[in-house]
Amino acid sequence: MQDNGMPGIGKTGAPLLDIQNLSTHYVSSQGTRVVRAVDDVSLRIHAGETLGIVGESGSGKSTLALTIMRVLPPAARIVSGRMLFEGEDLVQKSDAEMQHVRGKRIAMILQDPMASLNPLFTIGNQVGEPLRVHEGASRASAWDRARQLLKSVRIPSPETRVTQYPHEMSGGMRQRIVGAIGISCEPRLLIADEPTTSLDLTIQAQYLNLLRDLQRAHGLALIFITHNLGIVAKMCDQLAVMYAGRVVESGPVSRIFNAPSHPYTEALLNAIPRMSDSDQRLTAIDGQPPDLAAMPPGCAFAPRCVRAVAECLEAPPPEFFPEEGRTTRCWLSEPVGMSGATAPAERRVATGAA
Amino acid sequence: MPLLEATALSKYFQARRGIFGGERGTVRAVDGISFVIEPGQTLGVVGESGCGKTTTAKLVLGLEEPTGGTIRFDGRDLRRLDAAGRRNYRKSVQAVFQDPYASLNPRMRISAIIAEPLITHEKLSAAAVRERVLELLDLVGLPARAADLFPHEFSGGQRQRIAIARALALSPKLIVLDEPVSALDVSIRAQILNLLRDLQARLGVSYLFIAHDLAAVAHMSHQIVVMYLGKIVESGEAKQLARAPKHPYTEALFSAALPSHPDERRDEIILSGEVPSPLNPPSGCRFHPRCPQAMPRCGDEEPTLAAVEERVVACHLFDAAAATLTAARLEPVAQPG
Repeated sequence: MQDNGMPGIGKTGAPLLDIQNLSTHYVSSQGTRVVRAVDDVSLRIHAGETLGIVGESGSGKSTLALTIMRVLPPAARIVSGRMLFEGEDLVQKSDAEMQHVRGKRIAMILQDPMASLNPLFTIGNQVGEPLRVHEGASRASAWDRARQLLKSVRIPSPETRVTQYPHEMSGGMRQRIVGAIGISCEPRLLIADEPTTSLDLTIQAQYLNLLRDLQRAHGLALIFITHNLGIVAKMCDQLAVMYAGRVVESGPVSRIFNAPSHPYTEALLNAIPRMSDSDQRLTAIDGQPPDLAAMPPGCAFAPRCVRAVAECLEAPPPEFFPEEGRTTRCWLSEPVGMSGATAPAERRVATGAA
Repeated sequence: MPLLEATALSKYFQARRGIFGGERGTVRAVDGISFVIEPGQTLGVVGESGCGKTTTAKLVLGLEEPTGGTIRFDGRDLRRLDAAGRRNYRKSVQAVFQDPYASLNPRMRISAIIAEPLITHEKLSAAAVRERVLELLDLVGLPARAADLFPHEFSGGQRQRIAIARALALSPKLIVLDEPVSALDVSIRAQILNLLRDLQARLGVSYLFIAHDLAAVAHMSHQIVVMYLGKIVESGEAKQLARAPKHPYTEALFSAALPSHPDERRDEIILSGEVPSPLNPPSGCRFHPRCPQAMPRCGDEEPTLAAVEERVVACHLFDAAAATLTAARLEPVAQPG
């Protein structure tokens, strides 16, 4: 947000959240089936920045969010990696310690506001709850703050709204209330998982602008989890594209949109219909994403990739750095000096160590 | 001659308020709309929830009886059709819905799903049905072995192909596509949109395409109608309408569409408030409480649809332009009083 155009580049200071080689797997009860939902993911986000995480269903983007919040279902295990949040490793924290992080320093907005709100409690009660839990606020002062928070998310006549119940609100209003709960304890990081998919277009535009204003006002770091590249284009500074549990490309949004370095990113960008070139045929990506429990030995995208070469089917590509601030997991981006020098077998070792 | 012509079409629902149903209200879900669908072309309908686009689809499918107005199909008024005529109409108009997980019976094999309309409507031998099923699977790009599998064995995109194959079984003239790609992933959406366009080019079928993704509608449609609270506010040629909307609502709607590139900068019009309740729509122009360009008369007088530069718009901003144009062209503008 601060440095227009090229955020993340030359960004000084420690990142707010630094995810290093994180893997989260789902293990079946017999331990026979392992789904690598998040596989060796490294990402970082600075204060005030907006990071978009894009992927299709099953790409692991929601599991990544749940991992950051440490609210994984019982079958999931964080098998490796670190998540340094303000210098502390969230992976190492106990459940009790995490309760002081969740809702207070990291908050989350989910897709369906009706599922995030309890239909039996008033809005004031629910917006004030984090304040009472985390800051020990009294009922009266929490109620007071709730009113201010509703005002800050532009709910008309907050005085009456605090006494009402979720069913008395429209979808857009409910989602703004979930936003108010999210920012109630002034978190440093807000994770929004598909926050606008259930909203109408004009309401979506209102909501995205609200989020942006809140972000500016509070210096929030924002992670957008979405399948919609339009939201990324509108809202984000940094982008991470996930495919089959891995970040296949990451970097500043405008540079990736202008020159994607991974064929999957390129294909995704070509697959969206645009208002301007509607006579052109869309470039579809053939085939389906792979089964995460039976991944191909090479690059997970290779079977659908139009530019795949023989070596793509042999070993999964490690992270390459095509330019400063960008990463890509594609053999085609391998630095020229290296190609041919190492055999795929050796590369596999290098990948494991990376 | 247009394939389908709707004139002053309306659908009202009676609504009860309160548990004891004391007070009654009328929801004018579709309120006097007119449109045409040409053979082999696509009419796109856009608008937000509650604007009446799904009710319009149901009226076209014959799932709801209109409160007023007429639908003519191949020149014939639907209400005047005899039993055989209605049967024939139901064969000619098919539908593909949003959720391919809900629209396919999980207990039926794909061959039975696709064959069902054939068995209901046509007297074919088992061998002929099987042959037609395989032909349809091939048409939508699925292998022949898919016929003997169950829906759960397919991904979302493949299921939508099956739903399309079923819709095509009776060689319909019109297919109503209600959010056909909204439930699908980005990389699969393009496959289905391309398939639909290919099928149209090959079979000459018309589409009534309903979606909230404006870029997808602009990409697929020849004509677009924009609806707000049961009324058409603007209609016209798809690409022109998307490029240069005239009605303030269309303008706001298209400006709210997400950009396709981060460097794409456009003037954003952020509408205040939300769509009002259709039980109690605003007086005058239904959009005026949210309209950034509202004038005093907008709250009193309801604007009628009028031709403005190859477009039909219902807005007082174009009153002067519309009057001269309509007079000059003497083109009848279908709109009830």
